[in-house]
Formats: sequence, C-alpha cells, structure tokens
Amino acid sequence: MATISTIRWLALGAALALGAPAAQAQQPPIKIGELNSYAQWAAFTVPYRNGWQMAIEEINAKGGVLGRKIEIISRDDGATPGSATRVADELVSREGVSLLFGSFLSNVGVAMADFANQKKIVYIAAEPLTDAITMAQGNPYTFRVRPNNFMQVGMLVEQAKASGAKRWAIVAPNYEYGQSAAAVFKRLIQEQVPGAEIVAEQYPALGKIEAGATVSALEQAKPDGIFNVLFGPDLTQFVREGNTRGLFEDATVLSLLTGEPEWLLPLKDEVPEGWTVTGYPWDEIKEPKHKAFIDAYRAKYNETPRLGSLLGYMVAYMIRDAIERAGSTETEAVIKALEDAKFDTVIGPVTMRGIDNQSTMGAWVGKLVQKGATGGMTDWTYKDGAAFMPSEADVKAARKD
Amino acid sequence: MDPAFLAVQALSGLSSASSLFITACGLTIVFGVTRIVNFAHGSLYMIGAYTAATLVPRLLELSFGPVTFWAGILASALIVGVIGVIIEVLLLRRIYGAPELFQLLATFGVVLVVQDLVVQVFGPQDILGPRAPGLRAPVEILGRRFPSYELVLIAAGPIVLGLVWLLLRKTRFGVLVRAATQDRDMVASLGVNQALLFTGTLFLGAFLAGLGGALQIPRVSANTGMDLSIIAEAFVVTVVGGMGSVPGAFLAALIIGQLQAFGILIFPKSTLVVVFLLMAVVLAIRPYGFFGRAEVIGGTHAVGIASRTPLPGRSLILLVVVAILAAFPLVADAYLLKVATEILIFALFAFSLQLLIGVGGIVSFGHAAFFGLGAYGAALAVKWYGVSMEAALPLGLALAALGAALVGAFVVRLSGIYLAMMTLAAAQILYAVAFQWVEVTGGDNGIVGVWPSPWAGGPVPYYLLTAALTVVTVLLLKRIIDAPFGYSLRAARDSEARAEAIGLKVRQHRWLAFTIAGAAAGLAGGIYAFSRGSVDPSLLGISTSVDALTMLLLGGIQTVMGPLVGAAVLHALRDWIMPLTSLWRLLLGLSIIAMVLIFPRGLVGTVRDRWEARA
Repeated sequence: MATISTIRWLALGAALALGAPAAQAQQPPIKIGELNSYAQWAAFTVPYRNGWQMAIEEINAKGGVLGRKIEIISRDDGATPGSATRVADELVSREGVSLLFGSFLSNVGVAMADFANQKKIVYIAAEPLTDAITMAQGNPYTFRVRPNNFMQVGMLVEQAKASGAKRWAIVAPNYEYGQSAAAVFKRLIQEQVPGAEIVAEQYPALGKIEAGATVSALEQAKPDGIFNVLFGPDLTQFVREGNTRGLFEDATVLSLLTGEPEWLLPLKDEVPEGWTVTGYPWDEIKEPKHKAFIDAYRAKYNETPRLGSLLGYMVAYMIRDAIERAGSTETEAVIKALEDAKFDTVIGPVTMRGIDNQSTMGAWVGKLVQKGATGGMTDWTYKDGAAFMPSEADVKAARKD
Repeated sequence: MDPAFLAVQALSGLSSASSLFITACGLTIVFGVTRIVNFAHGSLYMIGAYTAATLVPRLLELSFGPVTFWAGILASALIVGVIGVIIEVLLLRRIYGAPELFQLLATFGVVLVVQDLVVQVFGPQDILGPRAPGLRAPVEILGRRFPSYELVLIAAGPIVLGLVWLLLRKTRFGVLVRAATQDRDMVASLGVNQALLFTGTLFLGAFLAGLGGALQIPRVSANTGMDLSIIAEAFVVTVVGGMGSVPGAFLAALIIGQLQAFGILIFPKSTLVVVFLLMAVVLAIRPYGFFGRAEVIGGTHAVGIASRTPLPGRSLILLVVVAILAAFPLVADAYLLKVATEILIFALFAFSLQLLIGVGGIVSFGHAAFFGLGAYGAALAVKWYGVSMEAALPLGLALAALGAALVGAFVVRLSGIYLAMMTLAAAQILYAVAFQWVEVTGGDNGIVGVWPSPWAGGPVPYYLLTAALTVVTVLLLKRIIDAPFGYSLRAARDSEARAEAIGLKVRQHRWLAFTIAGAAAGLAGGIYAFSRGSVDPSLLGISTSVDALTMLLLGGIQTVMGPLVGAAVLHALRDWIMPLTSLWRLLLGLSIIAMVLIFPRGLVGTVRDRWEARA
C-alpha cells in the first residue's frame, strides 16, 4: 500500500505541476468533454460531430487558444438521462475536462443541466430544445445555443395567424421535448389566434409511434390545423400514413424542425408540400461567410451539410471565444465570459443572454417543397432569435436562481 | 362512436395481429421442438426487416413491379432462414441439454451480438423501405381511407397459418415436428435424425421471423430497437397461446391485436401495460396458456449452490475484506471510488438474485423489476414528498419488497420456463408503467435531482455508506442462506415433491425468498439512484436483468460468493472497455455465449475446483 500511495502522491504532484501557470510553456492541450447520442441519433449527431471536428481542426491549425491546443474527448451518451450523467461524471473526474458540451434529446439535456449544477461545471447544451433547460431547470452553469421551443414555436405561430385555422390538433413525442413544445404551442396559439381551440392531442412514445392509430385518431377530430413535433423515424412513418389517409389535405400544418435536412431527406419523394416548418435551407444560402462554410464542409466531407453540421461548427467556435475572453478555463471565469457575450458566427452576430443563458441564434422558417428526389424549403426567411425570446419577467418567474 | 371509425380501428388491430402471429408462430414452433425459448427470435425479425429494406429497393430499381417486391420479401425471409440454421449449428445444438437459465442467457448473448452487427452491416440510420407497388393508393371503407397494404397484411396471417397447418399435417417433416413437440425422447429413440429435424425447425422458425420483419418495411422503418420490442410481444403471444401451440398463438395474436387497437382509445397511454396484464391474468388462471401442456420433462433442471464445509478462518477473511473496503478511499481517486461504489451496488443486486436462483432454483428473468422499484421508490419519495436520502432509501426498499411480495404471489405457482416468462412479464409491466405514466414517473425523462444528503454527498462518504450497507445486507442474506430456511429452499429446488412430502411449505418458502430478494435488490436500486442523481426506465429494462444474470454466471452460479466476484469483474471490464470501443455489446454477447459453452462453472467455481483437485 505504501508504494501505491507514494505513486499516487507523485502523480498528484505531477498533475499540480502541469496545471500550474508556470508550466504553460509545455502547452498541454485544453481538454473539453463532449457527449452525444452518436449511436442512437446518428442522423443529427454524426454531421454535428463533423461540424465541431472541422472547427477544432481550423482552430488548432491557427495555434489553438491561449497558446494551447484544444483536445475534445468525445463519448456516446447512451441517449438516456442516467447513462449521460454517468458518462459526464467519467469525463469530469477521470479525464479532467474543463467544460462539457453536447447531448441531443431534451430529457438527457435536463439531466445534464442538473448534473452541471450539482458538480459546478459549465455545460453548453448545444441542441436540446426544451424550455426547461434555460427556464424552470435553468442554472448558472448551463448554457444553450439553439433557439428553444418557445422561440421556434413563436416563429411558427406567427405564420399561423394568416391561415385562419382555428381547430388545432397536436402530435408530439411523449418526452420532455414534445411535452414542452406542446405546452408552449397551446399557450401561444390561444394568446395570438383568438378563438383557437385544441381538438385533439396525440403523444406517441418516442421512436415507438403506431402511425396508423395515431393518424386515425387525429382524423377523427377533423382539425383544420395540425401542430407536429415528431422527428426522426416517427416523422417518416407519420407522414407516410398521413399522406395515405389524406390527413394533411385540407389542414394547415405547422411542424417543428421538419425543414432540417436530417429529418427531411429520409422522406425522399413523399415530402408533404406546403407544411410551414423551421429548418435549414442550406442550398439557397447566399451570405458569403455562411456560403464559405457550406462549401468548405461539402469539400471536406463530400456530403451536404445538415443543421447539426452548422451547429457543431458554431458551438466549437463559441467555446474557443469564451475561453479566450475568460483567459483561463476556470469555471467562474468561463461563466463570466459567456454571460451576455457577443459572438461573431458564420450566420452573423449571436448574443448569449445573461438572465437565462439562452443564445439569440435564430431559425429559418419557410414552407416545404419537393425538389426532385428529395425535399427542400421555399419562401423562407431567417428569423433572428432575439425577437422571439421569453420576456425577462417570464424568465425571472420560471427560474429558481 | 362512429361505426366507420370502429371498423377501421378493428382492421388496424387485425393487421397488427397478423404481423405478430407470423413472427410468434416461428417462436412457438421452435420452442415446441427444441424446448428452447429463443431470445434471438426478435433479432431474426430485425435482420429480416433490415435485409428487406436494403434489398427490395435495389431489386425495384432493376425491374419495378409487384412481382419484384414480393420476391424480394421472400428472398429476405430465406436469407434469415439460413442465418437461423447457422445459429442452430453453431450454438443451439450445443445447449439443448443445458438448464433453461443457460439457454435463455446464451440466446440473449446472440441478441447482443446481432445488435452491434446490424449497426456495422446496415449502418446506424433507420431505414424505411419502399411502398409495395400497386398498393400505394388507399381503399375507402365506410367513407374512410384505409391503407391497402394493411389489407394484404390481414390476409397474410391466415395464409401463413394455413400453410403451416398443411406443412405440419401433410408432410413427413410436419409429422416429425409434431411428434417431437409431444415427446422428444421418444422421437429420438425411434431413430429419427434429430440433428436434421432440429436444423429444419430452426430454418422454418427463422424464415417466419424474417418474413414477419420483411413484411413490415412499408409501414415501419427498420430500426435497432425492433428486436426487443417484438420479442417481448411475441413472448406474450406464445405464452398466452400455450408454448408450442400454433393455433394458440393465432388466437392470442388476434386478442392482443384488438386489445391494442381499442386499448389506445380507452387507455391511450397504457397500451404496453394492457398487453402484459393480459399475460399475467391468463397465466394466473391457466398456468400453461390457452392450449399449452404442463412440462413433461421429469426431474429438476435447476442449477444451484451445493453444500460444502465452511472454510476455516472465515471470520479472519471477513475482517480482512472489511478492512480492505474501509481503507480503499485512502488510495483511490474520486473516479475509482465511483466505480467501486457501483461495483458494490451491483454485487448486492447480483447477490440478491443468487438467493432466488442459486438457493431457491427460482429462475427469475425480471430481477430488474425490484432494482428499478427500489430506485423509483426512492426517487419518487424525493420528488413528490421532498424527503431526505435517509428516509428515501428505506421507502424504496419497502416499495420493492411490496412489489416482490405481489409478483411473488403469482410467480411461485409456476415453474420452469413459464416462471421465467412471468417474471420477465412483471418487469416489463413495471417498465411500461414507468415509461408511460408520465405524470408521476416522468416517463422517458425519468426523475432528476436525486442527490444524496450533504453529509454523504462526496465520493468518499458515499462509498463508505454503500460499502457498509452492502456488507451488512450480504452478511444478512448469507445468514439466511445458511439457516434452516435456506436449506428448505434448497430442498425444494432439488426435489419439490420430496420437500413437500417431508412437510415443507414450498410455495410459502419461495414466496418469502422472493420478497427478501426483492427487498435486497430494492436497496441496491435505491443506492444506485442516489449515486447517479437520476432514475429512468432503463433501470427496469431487460438488459438490467441480464446484467445481474451475467454477473451470476461469470462469478459462478454454484458458489455463494460467485455473484460478488462476477459483479466486480464484469463492471470493471465494462468501465475499462466501453470507452474504447463501440462494440461493447458484441463483446459482452460473445463472452456470455463463451461462458455458457465452455465455462459454465464461472470464475469462483473453476478456481475452487482447481484448488480442490490439487488438494
């Protein structure tokens, strides 16, 4: 035992020495932990990984940050709350990472936010969209980049006003993300469209939709508006069954995320035309900086970008900027550097609002259209997130801190 | 309610019944002949779906038309049939005589292997197949549109039933299959080539599984979760219908199809629960299902711990172990302590299962139910009543004990494979409740914020707490195993009839053992919840049950201390290997198969046998 403990003290000493500022001449890399559902949600997360890998290669080629390279230690989060926090614990206590980012599903995101708060480590929730992460479960350690449900649903409901639809049906996956989006939709549609009512709600389990039964239950209520939150395989089956049974023919459909290539491409030639969606019309982007990113991505990976690609790329640069401005990787300093920080990203300026740690990244809103063998977006505009964020009063009422 | 709506709903029910029957029919035929409950049947179904979703679009590009489509479906099913033959020759052939527990575990090993292989071969994406040519347009039924492909599926079930009936009644192969289902040993002694018969049966079973999967591609995308979801339903169908009975499977599939179609209207969020409740009710009334027969296999199939003289100096060994456990924080860092804490938790979990399997001969395939109940009990107490860890842990334990007492009351009436299936069903019901009762359990979201009290919050205090609780509980269980109560259980395990003859109340003893084991697993679950800070439904899932069984098998099922060693080795390996590879399930599955085939005594058993052979 004596020898083991000696070795341990030596190791500790070495670690201290390496961590000390005096040793920075040796320039050990800055370790950052990343976790995501690479096995279970590959459609989004693999392009996302390509995105951040591309950014990190660029950053390190230019010398990294604070004179040190960035090293990302990436793990699969297992797509369940328990497994994600376990992996996060391993990243923090064994690998000694300075901050964490990633995760895809909203329920995993909420567990990660809770973990970050408990272990006092910065967690940047790049993708999970539930409002809870920045509202009810929000905490000083958790930041989110994507526009949350409140913002994206707000953008869609704005489009719904003109349609005149009053009888709305909701279909959403039965977990944090779907529940949160449905709740926001109910609130916003009743606030903004006088006389609107919810006539049917269907909450199939995530990844386990019984598409026939779900469509026929919605049909039964004869809605003139449908709000869809399904994505991935559930969406594909829902669209196919809905097309067959004519569910969408006389209805206005609002759909979250369906314009994103990751969910649109699997629909192939069965794209439900005319749906109003949030998404990513990468093929029609003209801004030079953004276009340059798209071209570089296509050249590097020989595939078209997904929204995940853009997000991964943006997040990696935001982390770099934050560490540079903080001047260190100390948690408190990084939090200070993130709060109310302005970032110059490929899609333009983005601010991380300090009161709820929600960024002002926006979303592209438009209509679905069939473009040859696959789908795309038309009539789209980029809506800046700043105009759709929850009010400061709402944030203060919801957050516990 | 609108009659058109009811009609469409009933038709939907019929079409899912048809699909379910085709798959379950293969499972029941294979069980009838080989007496093996093939967990890998769901994997064959999944391979069928993936193969068809990949193969059929390529074929349609060559020549578009209905003939190509259906030929592609059949070809996929044939490919799966061949895979079934390979599995039979390589694995099943070697375990026909093994105890049920080993058979179930070995076929579950195949499930794990296939899960990773499918991702390697077909990629991680879900694949939605093409629509059937000529069946794209819907038909109008009472003014409502209904997909015409579903009508074809409705017809497919009875067609398969008819063909299987013809095969079983009118061919020599069918006669042999029926004879083997009735009495396998008699068929063997009459000089029938058993190897060929069994291989042929596996081909038929796998072909039907593949067909069931391939037929799904226009309506469901092939995904990596389909194996476990279909196998759970197929188990229910075969058990409710009576294991080995094809008409029974058909009847059960019809009932379950309609139950799901209309259940969604009455209990929109509890479809999973309804299906498993049906199974529990049927088994409680008819322990062998609709058309099943009592197991004819005589004698006992149980494996368990044997009696041996206690080691000299046991108290000294115990003292040393306790001292090492207590001193561990002095040398370990925070992460090692975390791993050690988890090992202790799993050791307790596996040890509680040893009381059931090794001592009582009660092969539980759903021990995760009580681990999960303990975890959920503690987490719910924290979430809804804001109690502290000190109060939540006993509450979790109490909930698990209560659940085990309830489940045990049903389970102890059964034996053998039906018992294993019933415990599996119980775990699946609880999984479904945790998954679908979103208002209370949080569903998929689970419950977060389950952290220990401040005094136990750090890694060192929490480790010491876990170690203390585990050591005390394991010693208590050990005392129970060595008490007359434990010997009564062993007597009942080795010969139920003789145990009853000398006046032991076998059922009552087993029920008590079930409750005690459940309570201990619940304690482990509660500690686990606080070590992670959250609970989610996967704690109640099949893979958690299999984890415990694997630990038992690895350590050695015939030894009392085996599960503790098994837990330590398995968890340490998992922690070491999992970050290095994405093929962890493949490795785990192969190791389980290897252990069953060449290493059935486990680590502790093998070491001890060596020791004794030398002495």
